[in-house]
Amino acid sequence: MDHPPLKPIASEGRKPVTEADLHAYADQLLDPARHVEIDAFLDAHPAERERVADWRAQNLALKRMLDPVLSEPLPLRLPLKPAPRAGWQEWPWRSLAAGVAIAVVSTGSAWWGRGVYDGQLQRSATLAAAKAGTLHGFAHRAAVAHVVYSPDVRRPVEVGADQEQALVTWLTKRMGTEVKPPDLRALGYGLIGGRLLPGDKGPVAQFMFGGAKGERLTLYVTREDAGRETAFKFGQDGPVNVFYWVDKDFGYAISSGDGKQEMLRVAEAVYSQLEARK
Amino acid sequence: MRAQDEAAIVACIPGLRRYARGLVSDSARADDLVQDTLERAWSRFSLWQKRGDIRAWMFGIMHNHFIDGVRARSRRPEDSAGDDLPDIPQRASQSDGIEIRDLDRALQRLPVEQREVMLLVAVEEMSYAEAATALGVPIGTVMSRLARGRDRLRQELQGRAPSIQAAAPLRRIK
Repeated sequence: MDHPPLKPIASEGRKPVTEADLHAYADQLLDPARHVEIDAFLDAHPAERERVADWRAQNLALKRMLDPVLSEPLPLRLPLKPAPRAGWQEWPWRSLAAGVAIAVVSTGSAWWGRGVYDGQLQRSATLAAAKAGTLHGFAHRAAVAHVVYSPDVRRPVEVGADQEQALVTWLTKRMGTEVKPPDLRALGYGLIGGRLLPGDKGPVAQFMFGGAKGERLTLYVTREDAGRETAFKFGQDGPVNVFYWVDKDFGYAISSGDGKQEMLRVAEAVYSQLEARK
Repeated sequence: MRAQDEAAIVACIPGLRRYARGLVSDSARADDLVQDTLERAWSRFSLWQKRGDIRAWMFGIMHNHFIDGVRARSRRPEDSAGDDLPDIPQRASQSDGIEIRDLDRALQRLPVEQREVMLLVAVEEMSYAEAATALGVPIGTVMSRLARGRDRLRQELQGRAPSIQAAAPLRRIK
């Protein structure tokens, strides 16, 4: 091997610079202080600088080659949940218990929802008083996508709000129908941008919005079966609250760490903007 | 199994597919690898018990499965040349630039252990410690494989170094 990775290649009085430092520099894994030191070292050693630049170019080229895989829809054959256990049928009371729980929740929520939303939304809205882990289907995936991307400082979105028109054109093309982010500025949320994600049945759009205190809110838009329509539902997955509903051919889910009341405000705004576009 | 854990596994899938595509190039074989990995993950989840990062655990399962496959193939006489003779990259097609074909071919020519480290660090953006956990080797081993992989890739692509920057994205597979 030409370059033993851990051999010190310069000392200059300070902590010696190692090959490992140069790799970590190329991969942006150094803490800021060390990064500055290595930067200075590379200024004095152009040949090393060139080698490091080459490694970075490799990283970039590999990413460019492989990143498009991320936006492909997941093939059907990939199992997205555990296979049902063989012994499951031997435990009939489990499903019985689940059935009872659902009945209790839906009764409770129907009562809760009636007075609160009927007037505001002109459609029957129920609020499932969901506990952690009760999110299913696209609402569940929306919560996951929120958790995965909203804390990402470097790349929260694929296409930023500064290219909103390009974002709309791109998502519209990939989703096969017009997909446009709602305007939530009146509520204090600015558009950060959007990305395309693999969903259950095809591509899914995720829009990200940021509030004044740095809080993040995401809107997840997915194609659902035609004709289905559901009431507003509310659920939680860990720290994430999700408002979701199905309207015409689309499922919508708004995820945020904010409280229920704040999210209801947003959900209403999104819903009324979608209605206005029809 | 808690919904969050289930969600964390599902969230790994796009990254696992990307990693698999880098490992074996052919998209059908890559998804075979992902499918086997997921089946193992779902059935072994109860054994995991929060010993660490779920992503490293998932990539570790894929690594073990991939290495098993490589060993099994290298035992068969017709494939005895092992990784020195790469499979014909299926990814390349006429619409891909020459650069991407060269890059893919060079990547497939790397010894598997170097290819794995390169992909985990460069593409999956894992820290060296995370890559070490996924591969079940010490960090020093990750570093030396990375260094050798980078040198070798550099040699493979020599003369084309400036153009790999311009590599076009992988063509979507319909």
